[in-house]
Amino acid sequence: MFSGQKIRIAAFSTAIMAFAATSSTALAQKKYDTGASDTEIKIGNIMPYSGPASAYGIIGKTEAAYFQMINEQGGINGRKVNFITYDDAYSPPKAVEHTRKLVESDEVLLVFNPLGTPSNTAIQKYLNAKKIPQLFVATGAAKWNDPKNFPWTMGWQPNYQDEARIYAKYLLKEKPDAKVAVLYQNDDFGKDYVKGFKEGLGDKAKSMIVTEESYEISEPTIDSHIVKIKASGADTLMDFTTPKFAAQTIKKNGELGWKPLHIVTNVSISVGAVMKPAGFEHSQGVLSAAYLKDGADPQWNDDPGMKKWIAFVDKYMPGSNKADSGLVFGYGVAQTLHKVLEMCGDNLTRENVMKQAASLKDFQTDVALPGIKINTSATDFAPFQQVQMMRFKGEKWELFGEVISSDGGK
Amino acid sequence: MSTIQDTVAKTDTAAVDAPPKKSMALGRAASWAMLIVLLIAPLFVRNFVIFQMTMLLIYGIAVLALNILTGGSGQFSLGQSAFYAIGAYTSGILMEHFGVNYALTLPIAGAICFAVGFLFGFPALRLSGIYLALATFALAVAMPQLLKLGVFEHWTGGVQGLVVTKPDAPFGLPLSQDMWLYYFTLAISLAIYLASVNLLRSRSGRAMMAIRDNEIAASAMGIDISLYKTLAFGVSAGITGVAGGLGAIAVQFVAPDSYTFLLAIALFLGMVVGGVGWLPGSLAGAAFIVFVPNIAEGISKGLSGAFFGVLLFIVIYLVPHGARQGAIYAEMLFNKLRRS
Repeated sequence: MFSGQKIRIAAFSTAIMAFAATSSTALAQKKYDTGASDTEIKIGNIMPYSGPASAYGIIGKTEAAYFQMINEQGGINGRKVNFITYDDAYSPPKAVEHTRKLVESDEVLLVFNPLGTPSNTAIQKYLNAKKIPQLFVATGAAKWNDPKNFPWTMGWQPNYQDEARIYAKYLLKEKPDAKVAVLYQNDDFGKDYVKGFKEGLGDKAKSMIVTEESYEISEPTIDSHIVKIKASGADTLMDFTTPKFAAQTIKKNGELGWKPLHIVTNVSISVGAVMKPAGFEHSQGVLSAAYLKDGADPQWNDDPGMKKWIAFVDKYMPGSNKADSGLVFGYGVAQTLHKVLEMCGDNLTRENVMKQAASLKDFQTDVALPGIKINTSATDFAPFQQVQMMRFKGEKWELFGEVISSDGGK
Repeated sequence: MSTIQDTVAKTDTAAVDAPPKKSMALGRAASWAMLIVLLIAPLFVRNFVIFQMTMLLIYGIAVLALNILTGGSGQFSLGQSAFYAIGAYTSGILMEHFGVNYALTLPIAGAICFAVGFLFGFPALRLSGIYLALATFALAVAMPQLLKLGVFEHWTGGVQGLVVTKPDAPFGLPLSQDMWLYYFTLAISLAIYLASVNLLRSRSGRAMMAIRDNEIAASAMGIDISLYKTLAFGVSAGITGVAGGLGAIAVQFVAPDSYTFLLAIALFLGMVVGGVGWLPGSLAGAAFIVFVPNIAEGISKGLSGAFFGVLLFIVIYLVPHGARQGAIYAEMLFNKLRRS
């Protein structure tokens, strides 16, 4: 019936079809963009190892050490992580140059945790135009949660506005008749807090806030502002300041004998850099909020997550100061990326990386406080939105109350 | 100046030789070779490298501006970053708030910086040497904070800075944005370079150099010292402003933190490495400040600053007169080869 030739054609075409079928399934299993392959995932990073913000350089070193640990444990889904990090010295033009080098010369899959609001603003447009993920940026500005306009950019830490909303929530519950004085740094940092705080108070903002006082970061001391605020008759002080000024405020309050309900930002909770210089006798009862564990706090010694962190620091970053919050931050953010890349499986395209980063559900890093989880969605690019209140007692912070999440910003 | 003095001056020019061109520019063959390299190189490299070359030219212009001030009129400035910032912000604000074409913002940036530099030159007249360097340094330190002031925030964007749109190639030319910006910058650099060489060889240039060499003698010869000193400041600031504007367009972002005093020191460093008073050296100096930090970082992340220092030390030790000395060696070698 069939001639030899016909059979041959049929066999040939079946073979082709079979081949096409297998190769298409193979493609569905493994998909790569530039920077990813069967053996390697290339990740780029920008960090100020030198210059005015070089204290943050420890974050980049921690991340490099974390990925070294992952590689020694066999990598992510069998692929080694190649972590390329450059020094931008906190200078936006340098950040642009290095980012372009990462993308066009090193050909990384994504840019991870670049630090600083100015540097990230400088590279955001470029990375979004090139459709390259700018994942988990190390800045607390609220503008990184903007999936509509910048679908390739995502923050990580609780942003300043969310944090301030949580303080507002706390006040409304605990002290609804408070007479609030707001002290803030006159830049994007301070203004973000004020905006979030007022939104959190809602209609009551007008009646509750009795005075607002701002200072310039260039002022050597803010004592005169504190005296003015005390004279306003306020009984609650919202202290939206950076570490140096938070320490000054706490100290001046102590000297004046003024004991308002005093809330400082999460940026200024360092025991070594704020509480100790201000004087432990003045710091008692000061309130703030946290989302990460404190590496130097003995209460976490038996915590399974922190045990892993301590083992990591001892083995991969020997000799580091465990009280340095950069070590906790770097570990936590690197672990989040680790999780996202694990979820990507064999589909390591940039699109899938963003998709997976936007589908984190109740992910808990080793270093986040118990009950504080990372959640993201296609319309919510703000991973951490929960914090827990804490009070300074003795020589350390004591957590209290429930984990609070901000309703806004979603 | 009266007409009589002018005629005297004119007859003088014929008698006195202009400063030899070689002392501040490259020979003809070397110039053409350099130009051809700059023209052709971008065709063979990646966009990222083209961007780096654009930054090289831009810093080259800024170093050249400082070279006119220090090499030409003998005044020190550690405040060039302030003029660079003013130029960058002028271009950025005009482009983003007023929709002005990017090419038109450059002369405006230059003019504004010329005015600012000229005015700053007056108080600077009373200072000389290291005191002037310190006064300009104060300007560089103050500038980032001034840019953050709430009063200007509506225009400057405060701490957040301004994001600038990168221009496309005009007339539908088949060039990438980076390539077009490179040639655009190259054309401007070339124009500024030629104008600067001519300026230093002109009557004004000779007046500036006379002031540099001996102020009292220059004044005895009838040179208006305050005019030429402030003029040198103005021209230098104006050119730096154009470089700043180009920098803003290339980087697509201006923010106060981009223009700290570290930039001023980098430009000063570039001038010394390139050779004070030797204009082509500006490009070599710019190459030093763009590429050497990257090399140092490649050697060690933690000690990048120390390695940068070591490299700088080696350069200063081996060629104390900067790239100019290197060029002289190269020329001698070339002539030797030709003779043999």
